[in-house]
Amino acid sequence: MDPGNYIILSSILFCIGALGVLLRRNAIVVFMSVELMLNAANLAFVTFARMHGNLEGQAIAFFVMIVAAAEVVVGLAIIMTIFRTRRSVSIDEPHLLRN
Amino acid sequence: MRSLLLLAAETGETGGTGEEITFWICGTLAVLGALGLIFSRKTVHSALSVAVTMINLAVLFLINEAPFLGLVQVIVYTGAVMMLFLFVLMLVGVDTSDSFIETLKGQRIAAVLLILGFGILVIAAVGTALDGMVSVGLVEANSLYGGNVEGLAQQMFTTYLLALEVVAALIITAGLGAVVLAHRERWEPKLGQPEQSVIRMERYKETGEHPGPLPTPGVLATSNAVGTPALLPDGSPSDLSIPGPLRGEIHSRIPDQPQEIAADVDEVRSIASGEETERPEILNPISGHEDPEIEEADDERGEQ
Repeated sequence: MDPGNYIILSSILFCIGALGVLLRRNAIVVFMSVELMLNAANLAFVTFARMHGNLEGQAIAFFVMIVAAAEVVVGLAIIMTIFRTRRSVSIDEPHLLRN
Repeated sequence: MRSLLLLAAETGETGGTGEEITFWICGTLAVLGALGLIFSRKTVHSALSVAVTMINLAVLFLINEAPFLGLVQVIVYTGAVMMLFLFVLMLVGVDTSDSFIETLKGQRIAAVLLILGFGILVIAAVGTALDGMVSVGLVEANSLYGGNVEGLAQQMFTTYLLALEVVAALIITAGLGAVVLAHRERWEPKLGQPEQSVIRMERYKETGEHPGPLPTPGVLATSNAVGTPALLPDGSPSDLSIPGPLRGEIHSRIPDQPQEIAADVDEVRSIASGEETERPEILNPISGHEDPEIEEADDERGEQ
């Protein structure tokens, strides 16, 4: 099948993820949107690996997954800490450094 | 589904109808899940939509000749990451709704326009660049070391060995960092049973507060509710027997008592206040005769 289809699907998912990051205020939803963007990039990597007949793309996608897992762990811990002190997960709330 | 996947796997690099059908079904579902992420009001629904997207992406990985990555996607993303998200969601509180107030004026429209433009650009560029491209397929690359997993392992442990080690260090650091961030320091020593009993007795010494357990609510006395106060021997309701938030106007909380209980309460009250009333003969429930002990006890109390 035409690899362009996969890449277009990957671009659509990436755009939706970016839209989620820009539109939503809930930190957890923003975080999930970032995950969606990483996954879309993974789909592109896997498709390119198959397109070029080379396993390197899959290796990179695997590394992306590992780094994403580490990022999720730390990010969620940060969200928890902010929620504990500020009682909110809205990304508009932490503006203590303003002015 | 299985036969579809098999068909897709067999047709391999040229791409058969099986792969095409799977792509259109799973691709549509993935996009729908992604849209659900953005447009759900409730965060839990967003999380479940993302889980749907992740599973469909795993199927897309599988038909893209990446069986290892497809399974890792299911295990790591839908299994671990999304459940972690749900855990944090439950800790933070599911009701934390999004504020839909625009803090920056026109930010929403600008964001939509930006993403639309970006998407059109990328899709147009990619579409023209990849038009008519044919996948080489991974049959040859996989056969070099005997399979997809073996080929990936060879990549991991030769070409990308340094990256693998660095990533291992990163993931250990991330785990430690999460532990440190989520840890809450205890500033006061934890109160055990002995300490609590000492505190209770000291409070008793100072204020005369009852050190023992509070009376249980009168759940079985008249009604089934925990807000029903227990009745003291003289028939008055006990304020201490109901949970703190329910305390207050306890008399209004006593449900309509059945007539017999009301009569009993009146009788007990009159006895307690010293008025003699006619009492029915108290019979021993076992023998059916008058119980001498009860008689004596009553006499004694009457004398007092």
